[in-house]
Amino acid sequence: MRISLILLAAFLMTGLASATDLNGPQRARYQQLTGDLRCLICQNRSIADSDAPLAKDLRHIVARQIAQGRTDAQIKQYLVDRYGQWVLYDPPFEFATWLLWLGPFALLLVGLIMALTIVRKRRDAPRRHAELDRARLARVLGETDKPINRPRKDHS
Amino acid sequence: MRWRVVVPAVVVAGLVVLLGYGLTRQPSILPSALINKPAPAFNLPTLDAADKRVGSDVLKGHVTLVNVWASWCVACREENDLVTEISQRTGVPVLGINYKDKRGDAKRWLARFGNPFAVVAFDRSGQVGIDWGVAAVPESFVVDRHGMIRYKVVGAITRKEMNKVLIPKLKQLQQAS
Repeated sequence: MRISLILLAAFLMTGLASATDLNGPQRARYQQLTGDLRCLICQNRSIADSDAPLAKDLRHIVARQIAQGRTDAQIKQYLVDRYGQWVLYDPPFEFATWLLWLGPFALLLVGLIMALTIVRKRRDAPRRHAELDRARLARVLGETDKPINRPRKDHS
Repeated sequence: MRWRVVVPAVVVAGLVVLLGYGLTRQPSILPSALINKPAPAFNLPTLDAADKRVGSDVLKGHVTLVNVWASWCVACREENDLVTEISQRTGVPVLGINYKDKRGDAKRWLARFGNPFAVVAFDRSGQVGIDWGVAAVPESFVVDRHGMIRYKVVGAITRKEMNKVLIPKLKQLQQAS
């Protein structure tokens, strides 16, 4: 009885696909998917990169489900159902993630507005200074009557 | 001119709040995807006997504390006495899920550190752990009488969390119909 159970278990284990059993396109999907899924223990690494036992288990699950013909979306959903959106490096746009998605663009917009304001101010500012300078220059010129720094022409 | 003072002050205040929030929370503790969802179905051999099975039906009809543990998990040792205490003080049975362990090691561990569990399911492959969204043991789940997960503790239960959260929550769920 026990031996038959062990044999059954061994048979089932060989039935479990590992990444090496996948064909070319499946393997590419496997690489892509495991790279897009976040390891839950060693955060900031993908399950493709991680040596953690759980990451290894999850890689097996991904391989097995690809071999079973499930789509990427189905496999991702399987993991999201268990671990939440957090496992996705590329979280979908929804209420909880709007800031994550829109934040950088909002910051860019703020930066653009600031840059534009500053550029406008600078563009207007020199004109006022130029008028002042011209008035002073006229005064100076009127007093001295001599041309200042007139470029000489060289005949050579 | 006043804006030159107000705007940076507001920006700095906003940054302080944002960074304060970021620094005081624990990013390693993830919100469970399973709160207020039905406990994932399982059917596993018990730790005591490979030919006996325990399944999700044991969760029905009463409030249960589900504790995922392993003999190789150091933090599980720390919380073991508290798990016993919770069960004694509330009368809630504890379902153990022994995660990726060896039968002999797990049994020796229970003999040595005490056995707070009504029954222990033996999850050798860790598949049930994955179904329950377990990232690292120990994790504990409060399951109500309808089999819905109502609360989750990641990591070892502390005395403070037991007194402030777990026991009140279990008692409240026991009173709810």
